[in-house]
Amino acid sequence: MVKVDARGVSCPQPVLLTKNAAKNNPSEIQVVVDNNTAKGNVERFLKNSGYANISFSSDGDDYVVIAKK
Amino acid sequence: MSNKKGIILSGAIVGLISVLLVKLGNPMNMGMCIACFIRDIAGGLGLHRAEVVQYIRPEVIGLVIGAFGMAISSKEFEAKGGSSPFTRFILGIAVMVGALVFLGCPLRMVLRLAGGDLNAIFGIAGFAAGILLGIVFLNKGFSLKRSYKLPKAEGFMLPAVFAGLFALLMAAPAFIFFSKEGPGSMAAPVFIALAAGLIVGALAQKTRLCMVGGIRDLVMFKDTYLISGFVAILVFAMIGNMAFGFFKLGFAEQPVAHTDALWNFLGMALAGWGSVLLGGCPLRQLILAGEGNTDSAVAIMGMLVGAALSHNFGLASSPKGVTPAGQIAVIILFAVVLVIASLNVEKSSKVELKGDVKIG
Repeated sequence: MVKVDARGVSCPQPVLLTKNAAKNNPSEIQVVVDNNTAKGNVERFLKNSGYANISFSSDGDDYVVIAKK
Repeated sequence: MSNKKGIILSGAIVGLISVLLVKLGNPMNMGMCIACFIRDIAGGLGLHRAEVVQYIRPEVIGLVIGAFGMAISSKEFEAKGGSSPFTRFILGIAVMVGALVFLGCPLRMVLRLAGGDLNAIFGIAGFAAGILLGIVFLNKGFSLKRSYKLPKAEGFMLPAVFAGLFALLMAAPAFIFFSKEGPGSMAAPVFIALAAGLIVGALAQKTRLCMVGGIRDLVMFKDTYLISGFVAILVFAMIGNMAFGFFKLGFAEQPVAHTDALWNFLGMALAGWGSVLLGGCPLRQLILAGEGNTDSAVAIMGMLVGAALSHNFGLASSPKGVTPAGQIAVIILFAVVLVIASLNVEKSSKVELKGDVKIG
């Protein structure tokens, strides 16, 4: 599983960091973001990249996007 | 927000509202123009003395307050900042100077094309080129570093300032300037303009509408979400312009525009590049500032100062054409943005990306 911390960075860096993490096609990716915009963008990118199973959990004020193949 | 219907509908509404504002008094192809309107506000406050472009534009006030209201109601309001604020201030200046050499922000660039102004094609080409330059640096690891949560009051400051501007507009004390002729004197009624801003601000907050993001995400991630809004604005503003008889195809004699293709290209290239590094177009900066992002608030203040400098130093173009000082300023600011872009490439992410970077 690959973990990405994309808290605080502005667009499009959360998606860019996720893209880099997805490069080796891991079966599971976890991305921590701190706003809804980044959450939506990362979710959309992962869906388009073939991660069919996407779930969310919250960690304090942050969101964790969990994507599985 | 994976559904594109919302952003296409919003784009359509933005396009139609922009045409309606022209019908109700705004300058042609300038129903909404963030660069022009911030420039007019700078003039209204007397920060520059170009008498034809002085007016506290209620649309901009509405955009900020509309985004603020929508963010509060959807619990997305969050005060944050600290991501290289002064660098963002400088980028704000660069974006504004580039936009005023072209004569319009990215939104007006689309509205100009929708009105048949073919000069905008060179602007769009330059805009895309500037975005591609920005993407090169993003892929190298460009980052203005992360922002941090700040006390809520900090996030209220910029919306409060714009509410204060509205009070100044209403009270119209002697020290506030109102153009008596020229584009600054052409305006839709205050409350209609404010309402238009509120609607567009709320929609743009909800959908994340962004002109820079449209091309950027398409190129970087093959993501067509934001570009759908961009295209919807173009199509619906064009339909509206045709319906009202505003559509006039050609290069010459276009309203508040000049025909210098090279500087239309370079002006928007500078605006596009600066905007990518800021993370969004001028419209998006207003919306983010309404959501409590004070880095964007600082970028907007940079744009305000950039607008004042543009007119005080004679950098801004006019329908007569581009000025020599404007050309020099664009070249200098290209160098400034290049330095900013280069200095903020993170070494660690460069290594991480090594396999991806083509050498030579």
